[in-house]
Amino acid sequence: MPRWLRVPTLSDVTLIATESLTKTYGGGVTALADLTVAVEPGIIGLVGANGAGKSTLIKILLGLLEPSSGQVRVLGLDPTTDPAAVRARVGYMPEHDALPPDLSAAELVTHLGRISGLPPTVARERASEALRHVGLHEERHRAVGGYSTGMKQRVKLAQALVHDPDLLLLDEPTNGLDPAGRDAMLALIHRIGTEFGISVLVCSHLLGEVERICDTLVAIDGGRLLRADHIAAMTSATDVLAVEVSEGTDLLAARLAALELPVSRDGRMLLVPLADDDTYDLILGAVAELDLPLHRLDQRRHRVAELFAPREPSHA
Amino acid sequence: MPEPTGVIHDIGYQRYTGPRLGRRHVFGALYLHGLRTAFGLGRSAKAKIFPWLVVGVVAVAAAGITAVRTQIGEVVMTYAQFADRMSWMVIFFVAVVAPELVSRDLLSGVLPLYFSRPLPREDYALAKLLALVTALWLLLGGPQLVMFLGAAFTTDDGIRGVWNELLDLLPGLLYAGLWAVVFASIGLLISSLTGKRAFAAGGIVAVFLMTTPIVGILSIMPSQTVNELAFLASPSTLVGATGAWALGDLLVFEGSSGPPIGGFGPLYAVATVALVAVAVLLLLLRYRKVATR
Repeated sequence: MPRWLRVPTLSDVTLIATESLTKTYGGGVTALADLTVAVEPGIIGLVGANGAGKSTLIKILLGLLEPSSGQVRVLGLDPTTDPAAVRARVGYMPEHDALPPDLSAAELVTHLGRISGLPPTVARERASEALRHVGLHEERHRAVGGYSTGMKQRVKLAQALVHDPDLLLLDEPTNGLDPAGRDAMLALIHRIGTEFGISVLVCSHLLGEVERICDTLVAIDGGRLLRADHIAAMTSATDVLAVEVSEGTDLLAARLAALELPVSRDGRMLLVPLADDDTYDLILGAVAELDLPLHRLDQRRHRVAELFAPREPSHA
Repeated sequence: MPEPTGVIHDIGYQRYTGPRLGRRHVFGALYLHGLRTAFGLGRSAKAKIFPWLVVGVVAVAAAGITAVRTQIGEVVMTYAQFADRMSWMVIFFVAVVAPELVSRDLLSGVLPLYFSRPLPREDYALAKLLALVTALWLLLGGPQLVMFLGAAFTTDDGIRGVWNELLDLLPGLLYAGLWAVVFASIGLLISSLTGKRAFAAGGIVAVFLMTTPIVGILSIMPSQTVNELAFLASPSTLVGATGAWALGDLLVFEGSSGPPIGGFGPLYAVATVALVAVAVLLLLLRYRKVATR
């Protein structure tokens, strides 16, 4: 377990800390089960399948839902007892449609800025600034109803940003976007997390997306913590070579093991850590020696997805 | 050296270190926004049509009464009677504006954006309610003021005449406030139950108008007590009966005896207060539950 996870949870140096957080809905559905996690400021990816408890966690962080048991701290504050103080410093972008169609983006974001406690003129200025930062310029004076999905997502992001929060909670920000729109949204989130100095919690069911922009990944499944770690720690393992042969995979595995290569199986593929250029030669030599039809041999980064493979049933 | 033109300087993201206003200001901001929404201000032209149509009708009525008063000197109706006569317009206005204030927010899903801010849920409901009450009160009180100004400027009794006119106006404004509170609380409660504005509008009209036949049936029942309590059955007649008890000849037309409520006047007043209290309570309960998904 890395050092940062061992800092006393619920202390105020952490961005978000939970301890044995459990949420059970009325019908006995457990959305979060004994979740203990602490993360530092930065860009945090919260990944999990649909229904893993991501939205429930966000709503507890905002003080919109009461946890059934356990402790939670956001920016050192307790959202269960002081939700207003938490919400004043947090911006939230919900997953679902949340924009009244007949208001213009500028009016809506200004209004919501005032609801966050900004004085009227400040709200107007910061609304146009926030909309500019998300890439909406002249069109901000048009009614939101005529916007594309990408523009609507940007407005939702701008309203979360208008009051200059210390933490942004983004629930599936790339939902409904085309690939180019996804890239643009992820770049924007990355910019907010780095240049703007605002911590961001990005919720997604697509690991491949968030791993590109995050410092820290938190994976949950069925309301339980699968793993939480710095992304650097997860991908720091050396690059690996993936070998796939059309037949004789077992033979090759045995042969490579005999060559003292730490080989592992991943479906039809064999993974071999890339120590140096000799590794290539050793593998190619082994394949040639056994006269196996080589299907592929390529170098790849350690995929975070592999790290989240459920190999540790109860990691906490 | 001339400044380069056409260069956009990206000054980057600016952190905000200025003041963050408290709950009272946030409430005020939402209230003012609601009041503007009620009259379609800052909204599309389409959103302005219905509220201003009603305002127009009420204003024309007030202008007509004022004209008769100033030209012929005849009091067509008192301030309170004016509020009474305009009850249809009030119902129409509530049916249009209450869904605009709350149903729209339910349908568009904007509530999570409100409730993730330092705005208590009950503040949202109460700010909207207060905005609607104010809008209704302005709808009735504004024309009353026009009538007052017309009468005050043409009075023959000098300052005493103006004073007497003012003494007539104030109960009228209070009575308008009673209409506003009762109709706003019921109208907003109904609207908060559905995101479909048409359903909400239909529900409001139904509650206000479909209950009047019940009053009719109860008032011909063969029991004097039932007859005298019949006006409890509909919000409009409830307000009318309470007003008749409280204001007497300021509201009841000469030659008519007003609604036959017997000695139940205080009961009507209590019932009105209770009705508003229950409606507001249910509204607050509704907003404790809504949009928690």
